[in-house]
Amino acid sequence: MDVAKVAQLARLNLTAEEQAKFQAQLKNILISFEEISKINTEGVEPLVTPVDVELVYRKDEDRVTLSVEEALQNAPERAGNLFRVPPVV
Amino acid sequence: MGEKMNIIESDLTEISDRVVRGEIKAEEVVSQYLAHTQKINPQLNAFVAMNDKALEQAQALDKKRNAGKKLGRLAGVPVGIKDMLCTKGLRTTAGSKILQNFIPPYSATVVERLESADAITLGKTNQDEFAMGSSSETSALGQSMNPWDLTRVPGGSSGGSAAAVAARLVPLSIGTDTGGSIRQPASFCGVVGVKPTYGRVSRYGIVAFASSLDQAGPFGLSVRDCARSLEIISGKDMNDMTTSNLPVPEWEKNLNSDLKGMRVGLPKEFFSDAVSAETRKAVDKAIEIVRAKGGITVDIELPLTKYGVSVYYLVCTCEASSNLARYDGVRFGYRSDFSKGLPADIDEFYSRNRGEGFGTEVKRRIILGTYALSSGYYEAYYKKAGQVRRLLRDDYIKAFQKCDVIMGPVTTSPAFKIGERINNPLEMYLNDIFTVTASLAGLPCMSVPAGFTSNKLPIGVHIIGPHFEEQKMLNVAHAIEGEVNIRKEVPNVIR
Repeated sequence: MDVAKVAQLARLNLTAEEQAKFQAQLKNILISFEEISKINTEGVEPLVTPVDVELVYRKDEDRVTLSVEEALQNAPERAGNLFRVPPVV
Repeated sequence: MGEKMNIIESDLTEISDRVVRGEIKAEEVVSQYLAHTQKINPQLNAFVAMNDKALEQAQALDKKRNAGKKLGRLAGVPVGIKDMLCTKGLRTTAGSKILQNFIPPYSATVVERLESADAITLGKTNQDEFAMGSSSETSALGQSMNPWDLTRVPGGSSGGSAAAVAARLVPLSIGTDTGGSIRQPASFCGVVGVKPTYGRVSRYGIVAFASSLDQAGPFGLSVRDCARSLEIISGKDMNDMTTSNLPVPEWEKNLNSDLKGMRVGLPKEFFSDAVSAETRKAVDKAIEIVRAKGGITVDIELPLTKYGVSVYYLVCTCEASSNLARYDGVRFGYRSDFSKGLPADIDEFYSRNRGEGFGTEVKRRIILGTYALSSGYYEAYYKKAGQVRRLLRDDYIKAFQKCDVIMGPVTTSPAFKIGERINNPLEMYLNDIFTVTASLAGLPCMSVPAGFTSNKLPIGVHIIGPHFEEQKMLNVAHAIEGEVNIRKEVPNVIR
Protein backbone atom coordinates (compact mmCIF):
# COMPACT_ATOMS: atom_id res chain seq x y z
CA MET A 1 0.00 0.00 0.00
CA ASP A 2 1.23 3.47 -0.83
CA VAL A 3 -0.02 5.39 2.18
CA ALA A 4 0.54 8.77 0.53
CA LYS A 5 -1.64 7.82 -2.46
CA VAL A 6 -4.42 6.49 -0.23
CA ALA A 7 -4.27 9.60 1.96
CA GLN A 8 -4.79 11.68 -1.13
CA LEU A 9 -7.87 9.59 -2.07
CA ALA A 10 -9.21 10.16 1.44
CA ARG A 11 -8.43 13.89 1.35
CA LEU A 12 -6.46 13.46 4.54
CA ASN A 13 -3.20 15.24 5.36
CA LEU A 14 -0.70 13.12 7.22
CA THR A 15 2.48 14.31 8.87
CA ALA A 16 5.69 12.66 7.64
CA GLU A 17 5.81 10.81 10.95
CA GLU A 18 2.24 9.52 10.56
CA GLN A 19 2.92 8.43 7.01
CA ALA A 20 5.98 6.42 8.03
CA LYS A 21 4.25 4.91 11.04
CA PHE A 22 1.16 3.92 9.08
CA GLN A 23 3.23 2.49 6.22
CA ALA A 24 4.77 -0.04 8.65
CA GLN A 25 1.71 -0.72 10.81
CA LEU A 26 -0.78 -1.12 7.98
CA LYS A 27 1.54 -3.49 6.15
CA ASN A 28 1.45 -5.84 9.17
CA ILE A 29 -2.26 -5.41 9.64
CA LEU A 30 -3.01 -6.25 6.02
CA ILE A 31 -0.74 -9.29 6.12
CA SER A 32 -2.70 -10.46 9.14
CA PHE A 33 -6.03 -9.87 7.37
CA GLU A 34 -4.91 -11.88 4.35
CA GLU A 35 -5.88 -15.02 6.31
CA ILE A 36 -9.48 -14.60 5.10
CA SER A 37 -8.40 -15.32 1.53
CA LYS A 38 -8.08 -18.98 2.57
CA ILE A 39 -11.80 -19.29 3.26
CA ASN A 40 -13.97 -20.78 0.52
CA THR A 41 -16.60 -18.17 -0.36
CA GLU A 42 -17.61 -19.42 -3.79
CA GLY A 43 -21.20 -18.45 -4.58
CA VAL A 44 -21.55 -16.57 -1.28
CA GLU A 45 -23.32 -13.23 -1.52
CA PRO A 46 -21.67 -10.59 0.69
CA LEU A 47 -23.69 -9.70 3.80
CA VAL A 48 -24.02 -5.97 4.35
CA THR A 49 -27.03 -5.42 6.63
CA PRO A 50 -27.03 -8.23 9.23
CA VAL A 51 -30.82 -8.44 9.63
CA ASP A 52 -33.52 -8.31 6.97
CA VAL A 53 -34.77 -4.78 6.45
CA GLU A 54 -37.98 -3.84 4.65
CA LEU A 55 -38.01 -0.70 2.62
CA VAL A 56 -40.64 1.67 3.96
CA TYR A 57 -41.78 4.83 2.25
CA ARG A 58 -43.22 7.96 3.77
CA LYS A 59 -45.75 10.19 2.08
CA ASP A 60 -44.16 12.64 -0.32
CA GLU A 61 -45.23 15.61 1.77
CA ASP A 62 -43.51 18.84 2.67
CA ARG A 63 -42.30 18.95 6.27
CA VAL A 64 -40.17 21.20 8.45
CA THR A 65 -36.94 19.71 9.70
CA LEU A 66 -34.36 22.36 10.54
CA SER A 67 -34.80 26.12 10.25
CA VAL A 68 -32.20 28.04 8.26
CA GLU A 69 -30.76 29.44 11.50
CA GLU A 70 -30.43 25.98 13.05
CA ALA A 71 -28.80 24.65 9.89
CA LEU A 72 -26.24 27.47 9.94
CA GLN A 73 -25.55 27.57 13.65
CA ASN A 74 -22.41 25.41 13.46
CA ALA A 75 -21.02 26.99 10.31
CA PRO A 76 -17.31 27.82 10.69
CA GLU A 77 -18.09 30.92 8.62
CA ARG A 78 -21.30 32.24 7.22
CA ALA A 79 -22.41 35.02 4.91
CA GLY A 80 -26.14 35.68 5.30
CA ASN A 81 -27.90 32.41 4.60
CA LEU A 82 -24.82 30.88 3.02
CA PHE A 83 -21.96 28.75 4.31
CA ARG A 84 -18.80 30.66 3.52
CA VAL A 85 -15.61 28.96 2.35
CA PRO A 86 -12.26 30.29 1.08
CA PRO A 87 -12.09 30.64 -2.69
CA VAL A 88 -11.30 27.13 -3.91
CA VAL A 89 -12.28 27.05 -7.57
CA MET B 1 -39.89 16.74 56.60
CA GLY B 2 -38.11 13.43 57.19
CA GLU B 3 -34.51 12.33 56.71
CA LYS B 4 -32.64 12.95 53.53
CA MET B 5 -32.79 9.72 51.61
CA ASN B 6 -29.42 8.66 50.20
CA ILE B 7 -30.21 7.74 46.65
CA ILE B 8 -26.73 7.07 45.27
CA GLU B 9 -26.19 3.34 44.62
CA SER B 10 -29.90 2.73 44.01
CA ASP B 11 -31.19 0.94 40.96
CA LEU B 12 -32.89 3.22 38.46
CA THR B 13 -36.09 1.23 38.77
CA GLU B 14 -36.15 2.01 42.50
CA ILE B 15 -35.43 5.71 41.92
CA SER B 16 -38.13 6.05 39.28
CA ASP B 17 -40.71 4.19 41.36
CA ARG B 18 -39.93 6.41 44.39
CA VAL B 19 -40.20 9.60 42.34
CA VAL B 20 -43.53 8.46 40.89
CA ARG B 21 -44.83 7.65 44.41
CA GLY B 22 -43.68 11.05 45.67
CA GLU B 23 -41.25 9.58 48.21
CA ILE B 24 -38.40 11.61 46.78
CA LYS B 25 -38.26 14.66 44.55
CA ALA B 26 -36.56 14.52 41.17
CA GLU B 27 -34.71 17.69 42.21
CA GLU B 28 -33.27 15.85 45.23
CA VAL B 29 -32.19 12.89 43.07
CA VAL B 30 -30.43 15.09 40.53
CA SER B 31 -28.80 17.25 43.26
CA GLN B 32 -27.31 14.23 44.96
CA TYR B 33 -25.95 12.75 41.73
CA LEU B 34 -24.58 16.14 40.66
CA ALA B 35 -22.77 16.60 43.99
CA HIS B 36 -21.34 13.08 43.85
CA THR B 37 -20.25 13.60 40.23
CA GLN B 38 -18.58 16.92 41.06
CA LYS B 39 -16.59 15.18 43.76
CA ILE B 40 -15.56 12.00 41.92
CA ASN B 41 -15.51 12.79 38.20
CA PRO B 42 -12.15 14.68 38.22
CA GLN B 43 -10.45 11.39 39.09
CA LEU B 44 -12.23 9.49 36.32
CA ASN B 45 -12.91 11.93 33.48
CA ALA B 46 -16.07 9.90 32.85
CA PHE B 47 -18.13 13.02 32.11
CA VAL B 48 -16.79 15.55 29.61
CA ALA B 49 -19.73 17.96 29.60
CA MET B 50 -22.55 18.58 32.06
CA ASN B 51 -26.14 19.57 31.28
CA ASP B 52 -26.44 22.87 33.12
CA LYS B 53 -30.24 22.63 32.79
CA ALA B 54 -30.45 19.31 34.67
CA LEU B 55 -31.65 20.77 37.97
CA GLU B 56 -34.18 22.99 36.20
CA GLN B 57 -35.51 19.99 34.24
CA ALA B 58 -35.82 18.02 37.49
CA GLN B 59 -37.77 20.87 39.08
CA ALA B 60 -40.08 20.94 36.07
CA LEU B 61 -40.64 17.22 36.51
CA ASP B 62 -41.58 17.72 40.19
CA LYS B 63 -44.06 20.39 39.09
CA LYS B 64 -45.48 17.96 36.55
CA ARG B 65 -45.98 15.35 39.28
CA ASN B 66 -47.55 17.88 41.64
CA ALA B 67 -49.99 18.83 38.89
CA GLY B 68 -51.17 15.21 38.90
CA LYS B 69 -49.72 14.33 35.50
CA LYS B 70 -48.55 10.77 34.83
CA LEU B 71 -44.77 10.33 34.91
CA GLY B 72 -42.70 8.09 32.67
CA ARG B 73 -40.92 4.87 33.62
CA LEU B 74 -37.57 6.62 34.02
CA ALA B 75 -38.97 9.49 36.10
CA GLY B 76 -36.19 11.54 37.67
CA VAL B 77 -33.45 9.12 36.58
CA PRO B 78 -30.20 10.95 35.78
CA VAL B 79 -28.54 9.58 32.65
CA GLY B 80 -25.06 9.83 31.17
CA ILE B 81 -25.16 10.03 27.38
CA LYS B 82 -22.13 8.92 25.36
CA ASP B 83 -20.77 11.87 23.41
CA MET B 84 -21.50 9.93 20.22
CA LEU B 85 -25.22 10.79 20.54
CA CYS B 86 -26.53 14.20 19.52
CA THR B 87 -28.11 16.15 22.38
CA LYS B 88 -29.85 19.32 21.22
CA GLY B 89 -28.14 22.43 22.57
CA LEU B 90 -25.51 20.41 24.44
CA ARG B 91 -22.04 20.05 22.93
CA THR B 92 -21.48 16.72 21.17
CA THR B 93 -17.93 15.83 20.13
CA ALA B 94 -17.80 12.06 19.49
CA GLY B 95 -14.49 12.37 21.40
CA SER B 96 -12.97 14.30 18.50
CA LYS B 97 -11.27 17.64 17.96
CA ILE B 98 -13.07 17.80 14.62
CA LEU B 99 -16.37 18.26 16.52
CA GLN B 100 -14.95 20.09 19.52
CA ASN B 101 -17.41 22.98 19.26
CA PHE B 102 -20.34 21.19 17.67
CA ILE B 103 -23.72 21.99 19.23
CA PRO B 104 -26.35 19.74 17.64
CA PRO B 105 -29.58 21.40 16.50
CA TYR B 106 -31.46 18.21 17.25
CA SER B 107 -31.36 15.21 19.59
CA ALA B 108 -30.91 11.56 18.76
CA THR B 109 -34.10 9.48 18.85
CA VAL B 110 -32.62 7.55 21.79
CA VAL B 111 -32.24 10.81 23.74
CA GLU B 112 -35.76 11.95 22.87
CA ARG B 113 -37.22 8.64 24.03
CA LEU B 114 -35.34 8.84 27.33
CA GLU B 115 -36.66 12.37 27.84
CA SER B 116 -40.21 11.27 26.98
CA ALA B 117 -39.86 8.70 29.78
CA ASP B 118 -38.88 11.62 32.08
CA ALA B 119 -35.21 10.74 32.45
CA ILE B 120 -32.85 13.69 32.97
CA THR B 121 -29.61 14.01 30.99
CA LEU B 122 -26.89 14.68 33.56
CA GLY B 123 -24.11 15.08 31.02
CA LYS B 124 -22.08 13.63 28.14
CA THR B 125 -19.67 10.79 28.73
CA ASN B 126 -16.20 10.25 27.34
CA GLN B 127 -15.26 7.80 24.61
CA ASP B 128 -12.59 6.81 22.14
CA GLU B 129 -12.63 9.20 19.18
CA PHE B 130 -15.49 8.27 16.79
CA ALA B 131 -15.93 5.10 18.86
CA MET B 132 -12.69 3.75 17.43
CA GLY B 133 -10.91 2.08 20.27
CA SER B 134 -11.08 -0.39 23.15
CA SER B 135 -9.66 1.74 25.95
CA SER B 136 -11.01 5.33 25.86
CA GLU B 137 -7.41 6.43 25.32
CA THR B 138 -7.97 8.02 21.92
CA SER B 139 -10.40 10.69 23.12
CA ALA B 140 -9.44 14.26 22.25
CA LEU B 141 -10.91 15.16 25.65
CA GLY B 142 -8.41 13.11 27.65
CA GLN B 143 -8.23 9.58 28.96
CA SER B 144 -10.94 8.08 31.17
CA MET B 145 -9.95 5.94 34.19
CA ASN B 146 -11.31 2.68 35.53
CA PRO B 147 -13.00 3.35 38.91
CA TRP B 148 -11.71 0.01 40.28
CA ASP B 149 -8.07 0.91 39.52
CA LEU B 150 -7.25 4.41 38.36
CA THR B 151 -4.08 3.21 36.59
CA ARG B 152 -6.17 1.04 34.28
CA VAL B 153 -8.45 1.66 31.35
CA PRO B 154 -12.23 1.53 31.78
CA GLY B 155 -12.39 -0.13 28.37
CA GLY B 156 -13.78 1.37 25.21
CA SER B 157 -15.08 2.87 23.26
CA SER B 158 -17.88 3.60 25.77
CA GLY B 159 -15.44 3.86 28.70
CA GLY B 160 -16.90 7.03 30.17
CA SER B 161 -20.42 5.60 30.20
CA ALA B 162 -19.32 2.40 31.92
CA ALA B 163 -17.15 4.22 34.46
CA ALA B 164 -19.96 6.67 35.27
CA VAL B 165 -22.33 3.87 36.28
CA ALA B 166 -19.64 1.86 38.10
CA ALA B 167 -18.73 4.93 40.16
CA ARG B 168 -22.43 5.62 40.81
CA LEU B 169 -22.21 9.05 39.12
CA VAL B 170 -25.48 8.05 37.40
CA PRO B 171 -27.62 4.90 37.69
CA LEU B 172 -28.00 4.72 33.90
CA SER B 173 -25.83 5.58 30.96
CA ILE B 174 -26.10 5.04 27.23
CA GLY B 175 -23.24 3.75 25.12
CA THR B 176 -22.80 2.49 21.58
CA ASP B 177 -21.44 -0.88 20.51
CA THR B 178 -20.00 -1.55 17.06
CA GLY B 179 -17.57 -4.41 17.80
CA GLY B 180 -17.81 -4.64 21.59
CA SER B 181 -17.82 -1.04 22.78
CA ILE B 182 -20.57 -1.56 25.36
CA ARG B 183 -19.80 -5.13 26.41
CA GLN B 184 -16.06 -4.76 26.96
CA PRO B 185 -16.21 -1.62 29.14
CA ALA B 186 -19.15 -3.16 31.02
CA SER B 187 -16.95 -6.16 31.76
CA PHE B 188 -13.91 -4.04 32.69
CA CYS B 189 -16.00 -1.80 34.98
CA GLY B 190 -18.19 -4.44 36.62
CA VAL B 191 -21.57 -3.23 35.36
CA VAL B 192 -24.27 -4.66 33.11
CA GLY B 193 -24.08 -3.55 29.47
CA VAL B 194 -26.42 -4.54 26.64
CA LYS B 195 -26.12 -4.35 22.85
CA PRO B 196 -29.55 -5.00 21.30
CA THR B 197 -30.24 -6.83 18.03
CA TYR B 198 -29.24 -4.68 15.05
CA GLY B 199 -32.38 -2.72 14.17
CA ARG B 200 -33.91 -2.67 17.68
CA VAL B 201 -32.70 0.82 18.50
CA SER B 202 -32.69 3.79 16.16
CA ARG B 203 -29.35 5.17 15.01
CA TYR B 204 -30.89 8.53 14.08
CA GLY B 205 -28.82 11.29 15.64
CA ILE B 206 -25.97 8.96 16.58
CA VAL B 207 -22.67 9.92 14.99
CA ALA B 208 -22.14 7.17 12.43
CA PHE B 209 -19.04 4.99 12.65
CA ALA B 210 -20.02 1.73 10.91
CA SER B 211 -23.64 1.84 9.86
CA SER B 212 -24.19 -1.91 9.53
CA LEU B 213 -22.84 -2.53 13.04
CA ASP B 214 -23.55 0.48 15.30
CA GLN B 215 -26.16 0.04 18.04
CA ALA B 216 -26.87 2.10 21.15
CA GLY B 217 -27.59 0.35 24.44
CA PRO B 218 -27.75 0.84 28.22
CA PHE B 219 -25.30 0.40 31.08
CA GLY B 220 -26.84 -0.24 34.50
CA LEU B 221 -26.17 -1.79 37.90
CA SER B 222 -28.75 -4.52 37.31
CA VAL B 223 -30.27 -6.50 34.47
CA ARG B 224 -33.69 -5.10 35.39
CA ASP B 225 -32.41 -1.55 34.97
CA CYS B 226 -31.04 -2.41 31.54
CA ALA B 227 -34.24 -4.23 30.55
CA ARG B 228 -36.42 -1.23 31.40
CA SER B 229 -34.21 1.34 29.71
CA LEU B 230 -33.79 -0.86 26.64
CA GLU B 231 -37.60 -1.02 26.32
CA ILE B 232 -37.75 2.77 26.47
CA ILE B 233 -35.19 3.37 23.71
CA SER B 234 -36.20 0.51 21.38
CA GLY B 235 -38.74 0.45 18.57
CA LYS B 236 -39.41 1.47 14.99
CA ASP B 237 -38.24 4.94 14.02
CA MET B 238 -39.22 6.42 10.67
CA ASN B 239 -35.96 8.39 10.75
CA ASP B 240 -33.91 5.18 10.63
CA MET B 241 -34.94 2.75 7.93
CA THR B 242 -32.91 -0.06 9.43
CA THR B 243 -35.12 -0.21 12.54
CA SER B 244 -37.33 -3.25 12.85
CA ASN B 245 -41.15 -3.27 12.68
CA LEU B 246 -41.24 -5.86 15.46
CA PRO B 247 -43.02 -4.67 18.62
CA VAL B 248 -40.83 -4.13 21.69
CA PRO B 249 -41.36 -6.99 24.17
CA GLU B 250 -41.91 -6.39 27.90
CA TRP B 251 -38.43 -7.49 28.84
CA GLU B 252 -38.56 -6.13 32.41
CA LYS B 253 -41.89 -7.73 33.26
CA ASN B 254 -40.82 -11.09 31.80
CA LEU B 255 -37.47 -11.30 33.56
CA ASN B 256 -37.16 -14.81 34.92
CA SER B 257 -34.16 -16.39 36.61
CA ASP B 258 -35.62 -19.89 36.39
CA LEU B 259 -33.64 -21.36 33.50
CA LYS B 260 -35.34 -24.75 33.27
CA GLY B 261 -35.17 -25.86 29.66
CA MET B 262 -32.69 -23.15 28.63
CA ARG B 263 -29.96 -24.62 26.44
CA VAL B 264 -26.69 -22.71 26.75
CA GLY B 265 -24.18 -23.19 23.96
CA LEU B 266 -20.48 -23.14 24.83
CA PRO B 267 -18.34 -22.70 21.72
CA LYS B 268 -14.96 -24.35 22.10
CA GLU B 269 -13.44 -21.41 20.20
CA PHE B 270 -14.39 -19.07 23.10
CA PHE B 271 -12.55 -21.20 25.66
CA SER B 272 -9.04 -21.18 24.20
CA ASP B 273 -5.74 -21.05 26.06
CA ALA B 274 -5.61 -17.33 25.36
CA VAL B 275 -8.19 -16.78 28.10
CA SER B 276 -6.55 -15.88 31.43
CA ALA B 277 -6.99 -18.28 34.34
CA GLU B 278 -8.97 -15.81 36.44
CA THR B 279 -11.28 -14.94 33.56
CA ARG B 280 -11.87 -18.62 32.93
CA LYS B 281 -12.63 -19.19 36.61
CA ALA B 282 -15.26 -16.41 36.66
CA VAL B 283 -16.90 -17.61 33.44
CA ASP B 284 -16.91 -21.22 34.69
CA LYS B 285 -18.62 -20.06 37.89
CA ALA B 286 -21.31 -18.33 35.83
CA ILE B 287 -21.81 -21.53 33.85
CA GLU B 288 -22.23 -23.49 37.10
CA ILE B 289 -24.89 -21.02 38.20
CA VAL B 290 -26.72 -21.49 34.91
CA ARG B 291 -26.74 -25.26 35.44
CA ALA B 292 -27.90 -24.86 39.04
CA LYS B 293 -30.82 -22.74 37.84
CA GLY B 294 -31.97 -25.45 35.44
CA GLY B 295 -30.00 -24.62 32.31
CA ILE B 296 -28.38 -27.29 30.17
CA THR B 297 -25.00 -26.66 28.58
CA VAL B 298 -24.36 -27.82 25.03
CA ASP B 299 -21.05 -27.96 23.18
CA ILE B 300 -21.21 -26.01 19.95
CA GLU B 301 -18.80 -24.81 17.29
CA LEU B 302 -18.23 -21.41 15.77
CA PRO B 303 -15.34 -22.41 13.53
CA LEU B 304 -14.84 -19.02 11.84
CA THR B 305 -14.34 -17.18 15.17
CA LYS B 306 -10.62 -16.69 14.56
CA TYR B 307 -11.31 -14.70 11.39
CA GLY B 308 -13.67 -12.32 13.20
CA VAL B 309 -11.14 -9.59 13.93
CA SER B 310 -9.95 -9.46 10.30
CA VAL B 311 -13.49 -9.36 8.93
CA TYR B 312 -14.58 -6.76 11.49
CA TYR B 313 -11.64 -4.42 10.95
CA LEU B 314 -12.16 -4.55 7.21
CA VAL B 315 -15.94 -4.00 7.30
CA CYS B 316 -15.91 -1.25 9.93
CA THR B 317 -12.98 0.69 8.52
CA CYS B 318 -14.51 0.63 5.02
CA GLU B 319 -17.84 1.88 6.35
CA ALA B 320 -16.07 4.47 8.51
CA SER B 321 -14.03 5.81 5.59
CA SER B 322 -17.33 6.57 3.90
CA ASN B 323 -19.15 7.88 6.97
CA LEU B 324 -16.32 10.18 7.98
CA ALA B 325 -16.12 11.79 4.53
CA ARG B 326 -18.73 14.29 5.74
CA TYR B 327 -16.21 15.95 8.05
CA ASP B 328 -14.84 18.44 5.56
CA GLY B 329 -14.96 21.74 7.45
CA VAL B 330 -17.58 23.24 5.11
CA ARG B 331 -20.87 23.29 7.01
CA PHE B 332 -19.84 22.32 10.53
CA GLY B 333 -16.88 21.02 12.47
CA TYR B 334 -13.25 21.99 12.58
CA ARG B 335 -11.81 24.25 9.93
CA SER B 336 -8.12 25.00 9.73
CA ASP B 337 -6.85 28.58 10.00
CA PHE B 338 -6.43 29.85 6.45
CA SER B 339 -5.87 33.47 7.42
CA LYS B 340 -2.16 33.26 6.59
CA GLY B 341 -2.59 31.51 3.26
CA LEU B 342 -5.50 30.32 1.20
CA PRO B 343 -5.68 26.68 0.17
CA ALA B 344 -4.40 26.01 -3.35
CA ASP B 345 -7.58 24.14 -4.22
CA ILE B 346 -10.57 22.39 -2.69
CA ASP B 347 -8.61 19.20 -2.05
CA GLU B 348 -6.08 21.07 0.06
CA PHE B 349 -8.95 22.75 1.91
CA TYR B 350 -10.47 19.37 2.79
CA SER B 351 -7.14 17.67 3.49
CA ARG B 352 -5.95 20.30 5.96
CA ASN B 353 -9.25 20.44 7.84
CA ARG B 354 -9.39 16.68 8.14
CA GLY B 355 -5.68 16.19 8.74
CA GLU B 356 -5.70 18.64 11.64
CA GLY B 357 -9.09 17.64 13.03
CA PHE B 358 -8.82 13.84 13.19
CA GLY B 359 -6.68 11.90 15.68
CA THR B 360 -4.20 9.16 14.82
CA GLU B 361 -6.38 6.07 15.27
CA VAL B 362 -9.17 7.61 13.21
CA LYS B 363 -6.74 8.49 10.43
CA ARG B 364 -5.26 5.01 10.49
CA ARG B 365 -8.70 3.45 10.06
CA ILE B 366 -9.73 5.87 7.32
CA ILE B 367 -6.57 4.97 5.39
CA LEU B 368 -7.18 1.25 5.88
CA GLY B 369 -10.84 1.49 4.85
CA THR B 370 -10.13 3.71 1.84
CA TYR B 371 -7.51 1.26 0.62
CA ALA B 372 -9.76 -1.78 1.13
CA LEU B 373 -12.49 -0.12 -0.94
CA SER B 374 -10.23 1.15 -3.68
CA SER B 375 -10.14 -0.11 -7.22
CA GLY B 376 -8.08 -3.29 -7.50
CA TYR B 377 -8.37 -4.13 -3.80
CA TYR B 378 -12.11 -4.03 -3.23
CA GLU B 379 -12.67 -7.70 -4.14
CA ALA B 380 -9.88 -9.13 -2.01
CA TYR B 381 -10.73 -7.07 1.04
CA TYR B 382 -14.17 -5.47 1.38
CA LYS B 383 -16.12 -7.92 -0.76
CA LYS B 384 -14.31 -10.93 0.68
CA ALA B 385 -14.94 -9.68 4.22
CA GLY B 386 -18.63 -9.33 3.37
CA GLN B 387 -18.76 -12.90 2.13
CA VAL B 388 -17.06 -14.23 5.26
CA ARG B 389 -19.47 -12.12 7.30
CA ARG B 390 -22.38 -14.07 5.83
CA LEU B 391 -20.65 -17.34 6.70
CA LEU B 392 -20.05 -16.09 10.26
CA ARG B 393 -23.73 -15.28 10.62
CA ASP B 394 -24.65 -18.67 9.18
CA ASP B 395 -22.44 -20.32 11.84
CA TYR B 396 -24.47 -18.60 14.56
CA ILE B 397 -27.84 -19.46 13.00
CA LYS B 398 -26.72 -23.08 12.80
CA ALA B 399 -25.53 -23.02 16.43
CA PHE B 400 -28.85 -21.59 17.60
CA GLN B 401 -30.58 -24.72 16.32
CA LYS B 402 -28.88 -26.52 19.21
CA CYS B 403 -29.07 -23.85 21.91
CA ASP B 404 -31.04 -20.83 23.12
CA VAL B 405 -28.13 -18.59 24.13
CA ILE B 406 -24.36 -18.71 23.79
CA MET B 407 -21.93 -17.92 26.61
CA GLY B 408 -18.24 -17.22 26.91
CA PRO B 409 -15.73 -14.63 28.13
CA VAL B 410 -16.03 -11.02 26.98
CA THR B 411 -12.25 -10.60 26.69
CA THR B 412 -9.22 -12.79 27.30
CA SER B 413 -8.22 -10.80 30.39
CA PRO B 414 -9.49 -7.94 32.58
CA ALA B 415 -8.78 -4.20 32.34
CA PHE B 416 -5.22 -3.52 31.19
CA LYS B 417 -2.98 -0.65 32.25
CA ILE B 418 -3.30 2.76 30.61
CA GLY B 419 -0.66 3.00 27.88
CA GLU B 420 -0.10 -0.75 27.70
CA ARG B 421 -1.64 -1.43 24.26
CA ILE B 422 -2.10 1.95 22.61
CA ASN B 423 1.13 1.80 20.59
CA ASN B 424 0.36 -1.53 18.98
CA PRO B 425 -2.87 -1.23 16.99
CA LEU B 426 -3.05 -4.89 15.96
CA GLU B 427 -2.69 -6.00 19.60
CA MET B 428 -5.47 -3.59 20.54
CA TYR B 429 -7.70 -4.99 17.77
CA LEU B 430 -7.14 -8.57 18.93
CA ASN B 431 -8.77 -7.55 22.25
CA ASP B 432 -12.06 -7.80 20.43
CA ILE B 433 -11.86 -11.44 19.34
CA PHE B 434 -14.88 -12.62 21.37
CA THR B 435 -17.14 -9.62 20.83
CA VAL B 436 -16.89 -8.81 17.11
CA THR B 437 -18.61 -11.83 15.55
CA ALA B 438 -21.89 -11.24 17.40
CA SER B 439 -21.84 -7.66 16.05
CA LEU B 440 -21.13 -8.82 12.50
CA ALA B 441 -24.08 -11.20 12.77
CA GLY B 442 -26.35 -8.45 14.19
CA LEU B 443 -27.15 -10.51 17.31
CA PRO B 444 -28.22 -9.18 20.71
CA CYS B 445 -25.47 -9.63 23.28
CA MET B 446 -24.48 -8.39 26.70
CA SER B 447 -22.00 -8.50 29.53
CA VAL B 448 -23.04 -9.22 33.11
CA PRO B 449 -20.56 -9.09 36.06
CA ALA B 450 -19.42 -12.58 37.06
CA GLY B 451 -16.68 -11.93 39.60
CA PHE B 452 -13.38 -10.22 40.39
CA THR B 453 -9.71 -11.03 40.00
CA SER B 454 -7.54 -11.39 43.08
CA ASN B 455 -6.66 -7.70 42.73
CA LYS B 456 -10.32 -6.62 42.62
CA LEU B 457 -10.70 -6.11 38.86
CA PRO B 458 -14.15 -6.95 37.51
CA ILE B 459 -14.74 -9.80 35.05
CA GLY B 460 -17.92 -10.02 33.00
CA VAL B 461 -19.43 -12.94 31.15
CA HIS B 462 -20.64 -12.60 27.55
CA ILE B 463 -24.11 -13.80 26.63
CA ILE B 464 -25.36 -13.84 23.02
CA GLY B 465 -28.96 -14.40 21.99
CA PRO B 466 -30.68 -15.18 18.67
CA HIS B 467 -31.91 -12.28 16.55
CA PHE B 468 -34.66 -10.34 18.35
CA GLU B 469 -34.71 -12.76 21.31
CA GLU B 470 -33.24 -10.45 23.94
CA GLN B 471 -35.44 -12.00 26.68
CA LYS B 472 -33.49 -15.27 26.69
CA MET B 473 -30.17 -13.52 27.14
CA LEU B 474 -31.56 -11.14 29.79
CA ASN B 475 -32.99 -14.06 31.76
CA VAL B 476 -29.69 -15.91 31.82
CA ALA B 477 -27.93 -12.72 32.92
CA HIS B 478 -30.59 -12.17 35.61
CA ALA B 479 -30.01 -15.68 36.97
CA ILE B 480 -26.26 -15.09 37.11
CA GLU B 481 -26.47 -11.70 38.83
CA GLY B 482 -28.77 -13.14 41.50
CA GLU B 483 -26.23 -15.75 42.55
CA VAL B 484 -22.99 -13.86 41.97
CA ASN B 485 -24.37 -11.05 44.13
CA ILE B 486 -21.63 -8.48 43.64
CA ARG B 487 -24.11 -5.62 43.43
CA LYS B 488 -23.04 -4.51 46.91
CA GLU B 489 -19.36 -4.16 45.89
CA VAL B 490 -18.36 -0.61 45.04
CA PRO B 491 -15.07 0.80 43.76
CA ASN B 492 -12.88 2.40 46.45
CA VAL B 493 -12.77 5.69 44.54
CA ILE B 494 -16.32 6.51 45.59
CA ARG B 495 -15.81 6.04 49.36
